[in-house]
Amino acid sequence: MKILVVDDEADIQPLFLQHFRKELRHHDFEFDFALSGEEALEYLKGNSLEVVLILSDINMPGMSGIDLLSKIRQDYNYLSPVVMMITAYGDEENYKQAMEKGADDFLTKPLDFNLLKEKLKKVMNNG
Amino acid sequence: MNFDYILLLIVFSYLRRALQSKILLPKIDKYLAIGFWFSIVLLIAGFFLKFTKEINAWIAHAMLFTLIYFCLTQKEFKSVKSFIYSILPFVVVNFIEDCIELINSPFHDEWNNYFDTAIFFSIVWFFAMFFITRKQRKEMEKEQLKAIEFEKEFQQSEILKAKLETQVAERTAEILGQKEKLQKALDKLKTTQVQLIQSEKMASLGELTAGIAHEIQNPLNFVNNFSEVSSELLDEMNEEIVKGDFEEVKNIAIDLKKNLEKINFHGKRADSIVKGMLQHSRIGNNVKEPTNINKLADEYLRLAYHGFRAKDKSFNADLVTDFDENLPKINVLTQEIGRVLLNLFTNAFYATHQKQKKSGETYKPMVSVKTELKGKGIEITVKDNGIGIPEAIKDKIMQPFFTTKPTGEGTGLGLSLSYDIIVKAHGGTITIDSRENDYTVFTIFLPTE
Repeated sequence: MKILVVDDEADIQPLFLQHFRKELRHHDFEFDFALSGEEALEYLKGNSLEVVLILSDINMPGMSGIDLLSKIRQDYNYLSPVVMMITAYGDEENYKQAMEKGADDFLTKPLDFNLLKEKLKKVMNNG
Repeated sequence: MNFDYILLLIVFSYLRRALQSKILLPKIDKYLAIGFWFSIVLLIAGFFLKFTKEINAWIAHAMLFTLIYFCLTQKEFKSVKSFIYSILPFVVVNFIEDCIELINSPFHDEWNNYFDTAIFFSIVWFFAMFFITRKQRKEMEKEQLKAIEFEKEFQQSEILKAKLETQVAERTAEILGQKEKLQKALDKLKTTQVQLIQSEKMASLGELTAGIAHEIQNPLNFVNNFSEVSSELLDEMNEEIVKGDFEEVKNIAIDLKKNLEKINFHGKRADSIVKGMLQHSRIGNNVKEPTNINKLADEYLRLAYHGFRAKDKSFNADLVTDFDENLPKINVLTQEIGRVLLNLFTNAFYATHQKQKKSGETYKPMVSVKTELKGKGIEITVKDNGIGIPEAIKDKIMQPFFTTKPTGEGTGLGLSLSYDIIVKAHGGTITIDSRENDYTVFTIFLPTE
């Protein structure tokens, strides 16, 4: 299952790679990373068919996670990718907006990787 | 001759009056009084007792000469000298006539006319002298009056002077009192100013708190996440050791080392943010130190951004930085310049946010900061594509307490303090270029000294 992680903090990448070490070795998951919403859209242009799940930070310079979510729902909704939003501000407003725009799930930082793992596995099993 | 007695009476009474002897010379007055009354007796006797006429005349002569002698020799009589001179010819002529009459009566009779003439002239002389002296005396009295008048005027002016002096003293005291009050008011104002500046600092600190919290939260998250994953990695490493897959053990060890470096890096990041926050709130650290303006601008741009976004979480803006990598470190009051930048960035975000509210989704907020080495200094340019500044208020925005923000949202001190910091404390300049509904550019020039 190909997962795109969108976050402006580059250090999030080794965290994913290490936490999902086993899954990666077993080729259960495959991760790709984008450092901004714009980069994510660029990536999707070529890889939209492979990507099953998108994990995106909300607060990023330039295009925000919410913008990206809207774009995805607008342009790639026929592929029905699962989109989970992540934010450091776990407030009502962000949550409401994310859900309105069509997010499948909402996570807060610091990420609980065990919880995330369960959620990802659930998506994989359902898919 | 009865003239002698009358003359005596006149002389006595004149002397007493002119000398005011009753008051001023009581001893002499006694003699003069006796002389006066004696003269009256002689006069009466001269009328009724014909036989004593000769003797009386000689007594009168003696009295007159004695009087004249005293008047001319004693200093008490100095003021009546002129009067004595006026009677002197008459007294002398009369005396000579009487002498001649006594020695040679026929000769006297023969020359009687001449004697009478002489007496006549002596009388004329007396009156002439009398009137002249009177006139002189009157003039003198006038002079005296004038002198008295002057004296009075002088005294009045003295009184006036004294009055004026007390008034001046009173006014001086009043002015001094007012000066003291003003000084107190000034001191109070100064304290208030310091407090205001401090509260402005605190206000901007408050604005920052959320941004800072976010900025600290991020590295903390990494510290937590990396330490967790490292712990897991160690478990896996142990498993691999048991399995004997030392190639994988090596890989894990490399990852662990990297993770520790990350933990250290993010720990330091949080540390520097906390230190920056402490610096921001500290009062009056007035030492200029070599500062990397690029780093400072970048740090405060992000702090301002997160601080602003904490208020409206849906707000997003493009942050564009264009730093001159050859920028030398310059000596500035680091936190003060940081405050200026923070203020300019916050204003820029505010301006773009306001425009976003009007324009809707098509509008992309953008805030940029550029540094450049220019001549003998460094130029920092902060630009936003927000609502701009109307021409009408361009002149006012640097004034203290001027703000376009709703009450409670701005102190109106930000730009005025920025101006003070850049211009007064660093000898630099701060200029504004703006077009309404289009853009605003603040350009700061800091001399390298």
